[in-house]
Amino acid sequence: MYDKKKIEYIKNKKEEWVKNNYNKHIKKHPERKESFDNLSGIEINNIYCPYDNKDLDYLKDIGFPGEYPFLRGIHSTMHRGRLWTMRQFAGFGSAEETNKRYKFLLSHGETGLSVAFDYPTLYGYDTDHHLARGEFGKCGVAISSLSDMEILFDGIAVDEITTSMTINGPAAIVWAMYIANAENRGIDRRRIGGTIQNDILKEYIAQKSFIFPPEPSMRLIVDTFEYGFKEVPRWNTISISGYHIREAGSTATQELAFTLGDGIEYVKAATKRGLDIDDFAPRLSFFFNAHNDFFEEIAKYRAARRIWAKEMKKLGAKKDRSLLMRFHTQTAGCSLTAQQPEINIVRVTLQALSAILGGTQSLHTNSMDEALALPSEKAVRIALRTQQIIAEESGVTDTIDPLGGSYYLEWLTEKMEEETYKYFDKVEKLGGVIPAIEKGFFQREIAESAYKYQKEVDSKERKIVGVNDYIIEDELTIPLLKMDEKGEHRQINRLKKLRKERNNQKVEKYLNQLKKAAEGTENLMPYILNCVRSYGTLGEICGLLREIFGEYEEPAIY
Amino acid sequence: MNKKIRVLIAKPGLDGHDRGAKIVARALRNAGMEVIYTGLHQTAEMIVETAIQEDVDVIGLSLLSGAHMTLFTDVTKLLKEKNIEDIIVLGGGIIPEQDIPKLKKEGITGVFGPGTHTEEIIEFIHKNVKS
Repeated sequence: MYDKKKIEYIKNKKEEWVKNNYNKHIKKHPERKESFDNLSGIEINNIYCPYDNKDLDYLKDIGFPGEYPFLRGIHSTMHRGRLWTMRQFAGFGSAEETNKRYKFLLSHGETGLSVAFDYPTLYGYDTDHHLARGEFGKCGVAISSLSDMEILFDGIAVDEITTSMTINGPAAIVWAMYIANAENRGIDRRRIGGTIQNDILKEYIAQKSFIFPPEPSMRLIVDTFEYGFKEVPRWNTISISGYHIREAGSTATQELAFTLGDGIEYVKAATKRGLDIDDFAPRLSFFFNAHNDFFEEIAKYRAARRIWAKEMKKLGAKKDRSLLMRFHTQTAGCSLTAQQPEINIVRVTLQALSAILGGTQSLHTNSMDEALALPSEKAVRIALRTQQIIAEESGVTDTIDPLGGSYYLEWLTEKMEEETYKYFDKVEKLGGVIPAIEKGFFQREIAESAYKYQKEVDSKERKIVGVNDYIIEDELTIPLLKMDEKGEHRQINRLKKLRKERNNQKVEKYLNQLKKAAEGTENLMPYILNCVRSYGTLGEICGLLREIFGEYEEPAIY
Repeated sequence: MNKKIRVLIAKPGLDGHDRGAKIVARALRNAGMEVIYTGLHQTAEMIVETAIQEDVDVIGLSLLSGAHMTLFTDVTKLLKEKNIEDIIVLGGGIIPEQDIPKLKKEGITGVFGPGTHTEEIIEFIHKNVKS
């Protein structure tokens, strides 16, 4: 970007400044810390100047939005054209209660839906399964059959709104329920839009709600890719997620590297099946965390776009659409404090701002009370308002990638890219992503980082307001969400009634057909759809697949 | 020489959030305790069985999902049924303030929420385990 001579001149001038000005000053007035490290442990210099960007070629490495390498954004107008989708992750209790919450959020200006499922659903168990004990509706909504899905979206225009569903092990089945529900309402599946998370690799790595071993899990995922681009073309059939990797304690760099590494693994699995990369790649989407270190987060999103575009080209993508790293962001749940919960609003604001400046397509802002319980109506409305204030009042959306060209940000973006490639090499040496999972590589890396962070907080080397500094004795309390205690009973009764009243011969027939198909190599989506349409339950379908595929057990490492 | 304190860190139920459990396991190990980590998806029976076999002084249960009222008390009830009185049970995770007295009444001696200093847990164990 700069003339070589000029760069050398600037470098010399900077050295002079350090010698004659900076060093003299710090002798008298030392800085607050010996070294300033960001959350990834990267040491941050006192100042950045053009010399730190000396190797960057503007057109090649930075470019313009909507053009390769997409560093400044995937669309040519970005948030000037269309704001990000305001999509609050929500779900609790029974389908009735969650449906009410969705309508509440939509009435306050939310522009997309995002479903949180409870643990039994995430593991493919019906609410009345013995392992579901105590978990009904706690972490999300319980969906055991198409009948629950019908209630969940009752009165919501599923042909107009897009829905994201955080579901992984049983993603194909829950997606089938969503499709079947739309079709029963007379909506063509080609018109519905949304996302299934469907990212099993990060389940093994971090979130740990897996069901089947890697091989059949990858098969199911590729089945959804294939069915998706052929039959449900507006659907994102995967959301390759760093969010949970970060929540489990990784650094930003690890989040970036492990997530993109997983992405590449999925592309390889699908092309191995014989799918054309340009058919399925435009429907791959991503999901990142927005943690506390403002510039580091922005650099992460920008680096992710550039790395993904480069890697997809290497993997043979020809269409521009296949190169786009489209992503959803959620502010960091793990950064919320149970102490002085109101101040979480401020944390969330900064985190949301980083995601927006980083060019996110969709955003969830956490509610202030989430270190205590699921969000109350008031708390979630403030979280949504936070996005609306940034969008409508702050002016940060008036120009594209407003921080692009910052010496610091461009340096950090490059640095994170460099660190990512080092991780790619390490994983390659371990034999790829799945062997690295089986060796516990990612799990150990994350546990190390999580422990290091905790030690820094414990020793006050890293200050957390309200936790290890600025503590108040008389904590203010805020009202928390209360759930309908009859929800579980209602749900179990509905299940019992359903199993009695549906055409059980039909259910059995379709389950048998699915079983045969699962033992072979056919795409399972049409078979799963038949099962859910006839009101076969999630537990019945997953139970059958568990018998054929087996279950994954992870090594217990700490 | 004093016998090392033995601790079982367990993840009951379906919840996969294991960051806290792993951090506490490491912190206790670094504080000189013998730590056994069960891994995920443990039933009350599995936890109590392991606790007996490993002859532990402490069981630490960790849960984010909100199912603590059921799953933590399943463990203390089972201990009571088996007349085991010399194991103290601790709980950690996302636990609303109003649940803490109820958990304590059910035999969860100490409850530690987000933001707890690991040293606080270590001290609590030293104070409460009879050596």
